Amino acid sequence: MTITLVFLAAIMATIIGWLLRQTLNTQPWVASAADDAVSGRSLDSNSKTIALTMFLCVATSLFALFISAYMMRMHMHDWSPVTEPNLLWFNTALLVMASIAYQLTRNAAVAGRKGALKPGLAIAGLMTVLFLGGQLLAWQGLNASGHYMTSNPAHAFFYLLTAVHGLHLLGGLYVWARSTVKVWTGAEADGVRLSIELCTVYWHYLLLVWIVLFGLLLST
Amino acid sequence: MAYVSIADRDHEIEHHDPTTFFTKYIWSQDHKVIAIQYGAIAIFVGVIALGLSVMMRLQLGFPSSFSFITPEHYYQFVTMHGMIMVIYLLTALFLGGFGNYLIPLMCGSRDMVFPYMNMLSVWVYALSVIILLASFFVPGGSTGAGWTLYPPQAIAAGTPGVEWGILLMLLSLAVFIVAFTMGGLNYVTTVLQARCRGMTLMRMPLSVWGIFTATILGLLAFPALLVSAIMMILDKTVMSSFFMPAMISGGEQLAYQGGSPVLFQHLFWFFGHPEVYIVALPAFGIVSDVLATHARKNIFGYRMMVWAILAIGGLSFVVWAHHMYVSGMNPYFGFFFATTTLIIAVPTALKVYNWVLTLWQGNIHLRVPMLFAIGFIFTFIHGGLTGIFLGNVVVDLPLSDTYFVVAHFHMVMGVSPVLVVFAAIYHWFPKMTGKMYDERLGRWHFWLTFLGTYSIYLPMHYLGFLGVPRRYFAMGDTAFMPESAHTLNASITISAIFVALTQIIFFVNIIKSMRSGKKADSNPWGATTLEWQTPDTPPKHGNWGHELPVVHRWAYDYSVPGYHEDFIPQNVPASKAPVGRDHGVKH
Repeated sequence: MTITLVFLAAIMATIIGWLLRQTLNTQPWVASAADDAVSGRSLDSNSKTIALTMFLCVATSLFALFISAYMMRMHMHDWSPVTEPNLLWFNTALLVMASIAYQLTRNAAVAGRKGALKPGLAIAGLMTVLFLGGQLLAWQGLNASGHYMTSNPAHAFFYLLTAVHGLHLLGGLYVWARSTVKVWTGAEADGVRLSIELCTVYWHYLLLVWIVLFGLLLST
Repeated sequence: MAYVSIADRDHEIEHHDPTTFFTKYIWSQDHKVIAIQYGAIAIFVGVIALGLSVMMRLQLGFPSSFSFITPEHYYQFVTMHGMIMVIYLLTALFLGGFGNYLIPLMCGSRDMVFPYMNMLSVWVYALSVIILLASFFVPGGSTGAGWTLYPPQAIAAGTPGVEWGILLMLLSLAVFIVAFTMGGLNYVTTVLQARCRGMTLMRMPLSVWGIFTATILGLLAFPALLVSAIMMILDKTVMSSFFMPAMISGGEQLAYQGGSPVLFQHLFWFFGHPEVYIVALPAFGIVSDVLATHARKNIFGYRMMVWAILAIGGLSFVVWAHHMYVSGMNPYFGFFFATTTLIIAVPTALKVYNWVLTLWQGNIHLRVPMLFAIGFIFTFIHGGLTGIFLGNVVVDLPLSDTYFVVAHFHMVMGVSPVLVVFAAIYHWFPKMTGKMYDERLGRWHFWLTFLGTYSIYLPMHYLGFLGVPRRYFAMGDTAFMPESAHTLNASITISAIFVALTQIIFFVNIIKSMRSGKKADSNPWGATTLEWQTPDTPPKHGNWGHELPVVHRWAYDYSVPGYHEDFIPQNVPASKAPVGRDHGVKH
């Protein structure tokens, strides 16, 4: 649980620290003209970005808890480490490419280069789908060699962690599909900019999560 | 492009009033309707859970007198009662119900920032409740594993509901978490982004602070429940061994091997303890506002109250293992968790002092919401003090799993938040419905509930000292239980039935007042917060008519000297009325 504690301590410290900074040196009982000018916002950002940031906190909590559970379960005597399929390296490369493609698409959207959006989104989506297909293949490989959920907790965790990560990517693909449809039906770069920007953050985040998970699986 | 806040581009945002019955009342995206939907569903399941507790008490008070209460049924009642009350009633009612109603109105916004997601949230919540209730009707019935669902017994043969009940319970929890996450992202973002002009964070009423912080806790803590639910579903369905140790059941070796039940306990309580504060923090906030309003006095130590809420929120993540002193842990661990547990008492006690000091020299109006709020101070102090007993490892060990624990957590997170729920319902009833409730019925409701619950839970402490264990279907003849303890059990049961029946007064009051209550003014209590300053009562879609309000002062300008009324609403400019404690002070 130490890992979860560290993650959550960091998240809570950030949130509480930020809130405290807003509240120190204030005299709420005084109505001053300066305060009246403050409009209702706390962060110079838009609602969707904040909602995504909060959601990433939730997802971080989820993954940190899974990792904590993994680390605690690992020390039981019946644990026998998984030999990770080499395919995972290839899959990782695919996910890196998806992330890069999204980054380039984002740059194009911010710069207003509408023409670059279609290929960018197409490559990002394709790479992500290929990654998910690759993960399924890795599952099949493990299954074929007789490693099931029941055979060992290490295998059970392998299936579980990759599945949870994959489901998050599937959720991302839903938003990807929405902006792709918009782009294909002629939306301007400005119309999809925010959605692409947020997706880029989300893809980078899931790449980071995957690298952490893969590193964890490899090292144990 | 610089970001322009919602309050500054109000004119760009279109507000289409819903016109059809379905868009207005069923698939509504209006936060007030969603709040009432959340509240109605939560209270509906809460009444079921209340009925279940009466059944449990019937068995405990008069063992083996009722043939329809078998041991299996008893455990199912216990489990469903606990889970429904904690999650499907209190969490949903405080955050989904009051959070939805109060955040936009108190912050001066037109709605939640993501109304569609808000609507999805309430319907996914409804789905989770349907799945939960469906478990009563599947083969084997609902799960009887206790609300903590500890493995291995939760999914081992012999526990009631092991066939389908446990699966539906876990599934329902997972669905609930999805619903909560959708709602929670909304509440947090709305508080951060959609406040009206002048509503700085430190001018927010404490209700909003409580709900806001509790939502952050929920967002970070519910994943722990999700993780444990997913892993237990896998243990149950595909026979993985995350939590299940090697076991022999019915003479046969099961396929499980080497899993760790204690791992489940860690995950469960990592969620379970913050959950206590997910329920308590909104109650703290709401009670602060009710006390200030009906005592006509500014809340004592507003900033301290905010900081205490934040401190409690942060600390609530590092105390979980005090639920596991008897599970076997490193003594240094116990020492650490006992210390953090006692530290959390500091900001909590600070809040209690501030509530009491708010009342001191106040112009107290003992209206029904105020009665419930003061009742809360009593029950909360009571439950909090017994918490100090249980937070210490050496005292906890003999008291663990006795009725002392049952009495403690019912006082602190059962009765106390429920009293605040009633305070809040009575307090905001005029705003929600445009009608006044019946004061006389409300008083009867308060006194019977308040004294009744004391007569239930006070004797339980004594039973706990005697060593009467919780969760037992029947005590039988035991040497350590004197005859008087059995009599006490019977008396507790009678009180419990009495309190349950008392709630009929509440429902009668609500229905009668909605149908034929006196018409309410827009601000019957003379309150300062924004929800009482709406142009219409109940507020219409969009809340504020053409113009968003502008806030000029904090929420606690009560009894300000030199002003002709004893309250100054938050949207009255500094030029038109003196400013709070600022009067007579030269800058």
